Amino acid sequence: MRRWTLWVPLAVFLAVVALAAWRLTDTSETVVRSALVGKPLPEFSLPAMVEGKPGLSRADLATGKPRLLNVFASWCVPCIAEAPQLMKLKAAGAQIDAVAIKDSPAAVKAFLSRHGDPYARIGDDRDRLVQIGIGSSGVPETFVIDGQGRIAAQHIGDIREDDVPKLLRALEDAQ
Amino acid sequence: MIAEAGLAALWLAAAMALMQLALAALGLRLKQDELVAAVRPAAIVQGALAALSFGLLITLFLRSDMSVLLVAQNSHSAKPLLYKFAGAWGNHEGSMLLWVTVLALAGAAIALLERKLDRATLTATLGAQAFIALGFYAFLLVASSPFTRLDPPALDGLGLNPLLQDPGLAFHPPTLYFGYVGLSIAFSFAVGAMVTREVGPVFARAMRPWVLAAWVFLTIGITAGSYWAYYELGWGGWWFWDPVENASLMPWLAATALLHSVNVLAARDGLRAWTLMLAVVAFSMSMVGTFLVRSGILTSVHAFAVDPTRGSFILVLLAIYIGGALVLYGARVGRVKAGQGFDLLSREGGLVLNNLLLSVILGIVLIGTLYPIVAQAMGEQLSVGPPFFNKAAGPIALLLVAAMAVGPLLNWRRDDFNALLGKLTVPATLSVLVMAGTFAAAPGTGWMEIVGLGLAAGLSVASFAPLWKRKLLRVPLFTWGMVVAHFGVAVSLAGMAADSAFTSERLVAARYGQPYYVGPWRVVLNGVAPVMGDNWSAVEGRVTASRGPVDGPMILLRPQRRFYASPPTDTAEAAISTRVDGQLYAVLGAQDAQGRWQLRLWWKPFVTLIWFGGGLIALGGALSLIGRVKRERRNVKRREEAEL
Amino acid sequence: MSVILGLALAAGVPADLGHSQLPDAPKEAQAAELMGTLRCLVCQGQSIADSDVDMAADMRRIVRQKIAAGESPEAVRGWLIERYGSYVTYDPPLSWTTAPLWLAPLLLLGAGLWLARGTVRRRRK
Repeated sequence: MRRWTLWVPLAVFLAVVALAAWRLTDTSETVVRSALVGKPLPEFSLPAMVEGKPGLSRADLATGKPRLLNVFASWCVPCIAEAPQLMKLKAAGAQIDAVAIKDSPAAVKAFLSRHGDPYARIGDDRDRLVQIGIGSSGVPETFVIDGQGRIAAQHIGDIREDDVPKLLRALEDAQ
Repeated sequence: MIAEAGLAALWLAAAMALMQLALAALGLRLKQDELVAAVRPAAIVQGALAALSFGLLITLFLRSDMSVLLVAQNSHSAKPLLYKFAGAWGNHEGSMLLWVTVLALAGAAIALLERKLDRATLTATLGAQAFIALGFYAFLLVASSPFTRLDPPALDGLGLNPLLQDPGLAFHPPTLYFGYVGLSIAFSFAVGAMVTREVGPVFARAMRPWVLAAWVFLTIGITAGSYWAYYELGWGGWWFWDPVENASLMPWLAATALLHSVNVLAARDGLRAWTLMLAVVAFSMSMVGTFLVRSGILTSVHAFAVDPTRGSFILVLLAIYIGGALVLYGARVGRVKAGQGFDLLSREGGLVLNNLLLSVILGIVLIGTLYPIVAQAMGEQLSVGPPFFNKAAGPIALLLVAAMAVGPLLNWRRDDFNALLGKLTVPATLSVLVMAGTFAAAPGTGWMEIVGLGLAAGLSVASFAPLWKRKLLRVPLFTWGMVVAHFGVAVSLAGMAADSAFTSERLVAARYGQPYYVGPWRVVLNGVAPVMGDNWSAVEGRVTASRGPVDGPMILLRPQRRFYASPPTDTAEAAISTRVDGQLYAVLGAQDAQGRWQLRLWWKPFVTLIWFGGGLIALGGALSLIGRVKRERRNVKRREEAEL
Repeated sequence: MSVILGLALAAGVPADLGHSQLPDAPKEAQAAELMGTLRCLVCQGQSIADSDVDMAADMRRIVRQKIAAGESPEAVRGWLIERYGSYVTYDPPLSWTTAPLWLAPLLLLGAGLWLARGTVRRRRK
């Protein structure tokens, strides 16, 4: 064997160690983000989830003014935690629509009466067709949709107190 | 008391390892015979102490001692005895203690049994073994002690993950670890030989039985793991190229190459550099595997510990041990004299091709397993799975199988091409016939499955060719070993190809009494009833199946959906019926709003050949091992008689 | 690709395609093969074919609906990659980032052959 080839395994090994060391220190959580951020919302139309509130379609999110799209479910615990923040967002003037995942009208109604109802419209997505269609992979998630129906930003997980101003600013920027 | 005794034994074992290392290093350096003489006993005592520590851990689990944190977190008083026992290693700390115990026992075994190796190399080998053990003792004692107390003691434990409550747990980790960690012996031998520069046929003959033994255990461990996942996880898959699975495959690939390479070194004093490299790589892959599986840097359905801090500790150990061995390699191997030359068309040439192809497959598996991390460093999130591994490694593996058919027929040094062609006519013709036949009977089959079946047929004939025209009782046992092992590969490959090409799956929402069809089978769900076990309750389906005439013989399958209390989990227990020509596999799902039960059915023709083949491969290895040991004993006796 | 189409299809098919097969056998075979290579996004390393969780069933439903509607498996894979990136497929698409991965077998084979030349060259005179 040629002399220098004897050192190749060591070089390869050191590269692997470097890679592993980097990965160990990179503590960022692996979340699956939507690849449609920055792209237009796909066409969709969902029936109404609860009586008295209209269903949701793409056209309702491209009215010229930026809106928030909240992906939630009555059985989702962090959704309860973020309910007050959604009410705060609504109070600050944000327009919020929702898509309810794998839910029933009775359960959603109970959820809304117990935790507040910040939504203008709620679509019934019991088969996750829209959730998967926009690249969301869990509940709760909140999307900032600009006036032309394009996804401007995605917030994964429940909305915390300090996320409220960030989302308001995102809505501003999407004008 | 017992927990403290266990911890104390572990500390003593670590201290003994330190002493063993010091004695070996100083004894060799200063050329002091008294120091060198103490190394063997130290290794034996170290092994005994580690085994004692592990035995005490098992005692704690058997007694369900809830004042020990590990027991409280992973066991439960209502568990069946077998799982209290096996549950000792069904968690990170316990399995790590098993790892270290096997390492120490391996050192003790070398000290007790190794007779061929010269004193200096043996001392260096035991020193290397102690050096490795030290790092892992440190890891256990500092970062993963199994003996930590829980105060106040728990009333009862959290229980063992139901997926692990299976005989597979009693079988798969120990055999896997004996193999995986047993490769440390080859690693230490290589380090020892690089230190003393004694690399030749004597060294190869000394190392060979240890490599074979570890390899046999590793083969059994992987085969058992594959079968366990197949029937436990409930979707009929036996290999997913999951990072944890790959972590066990990579040492196996290196060890397979090693055990072939060491034969060249023993017989012809060739391939010195390759053999040393493979010995280092094999255990390095074991250590890398241990790191991957416990650090959490890769997601896996089999992962049982996710702790980046512990991961960092292991990574440092890896850097020291593997880095150290590779530095030694670069520095020393250049001066290792090359062995005798040989032709391309020769047994040695065939074995070089074997080394090459196995190393390429190893490289592909390693790169594929690590690539998601590389992609992450480039800012992208990727998944690398079966489509990549099958497409990339599959064709090369098929080439390897073809080489396996030819290799044993080659003469050492040089062979004649025409004579070789003559020997290959029958296997080659059979291969072509099988491929043509499969294509004709099932034109939609993928090319890899067709080639796989053809090569399996050809290899199953060719593997017996070395026995042709020889007196079977005079054929050495180790030649039988080679024949059986290669035949086992053919059998396993046939099973894999058949499963991939001919499996039928049916997914139905079953009504009671209604027949459904999967493959040639007519299946009926007769009813679903509740059933109780030791620590679980379940709903069990009564499924009857028959093929041929409607009133033909019926088989009964009882798939269950089980509910465990601690920890609260529900699992699906597949029902499998093994026939001569395949397995019928049934899984019960949930009941829908109309009262129909989801039933998932598979008919898998010849799938059992996969694991039967694996067993044959291990048997071949065992025969080779016994054969070599016997031959060595015979040679020693003859030498002694000649000297008289 | 319109999601409305999916809903319309679902209304016409009685069985839940997340938990049952397409009646057309060749299409089901195509769908099954595809589902074995798509990753369950909320699991610890399983394909949507093998996973028991709800979301995997929903993804399977969408895959089967699209295949039944006549889309090619590659198109369905592409649709999912459009939404989740390459993470969702176990078959990494060829790109500048994945080129080293896909070229590895050839490169390794080449490197190995070159190294082996050195070993075998020492022929017997």
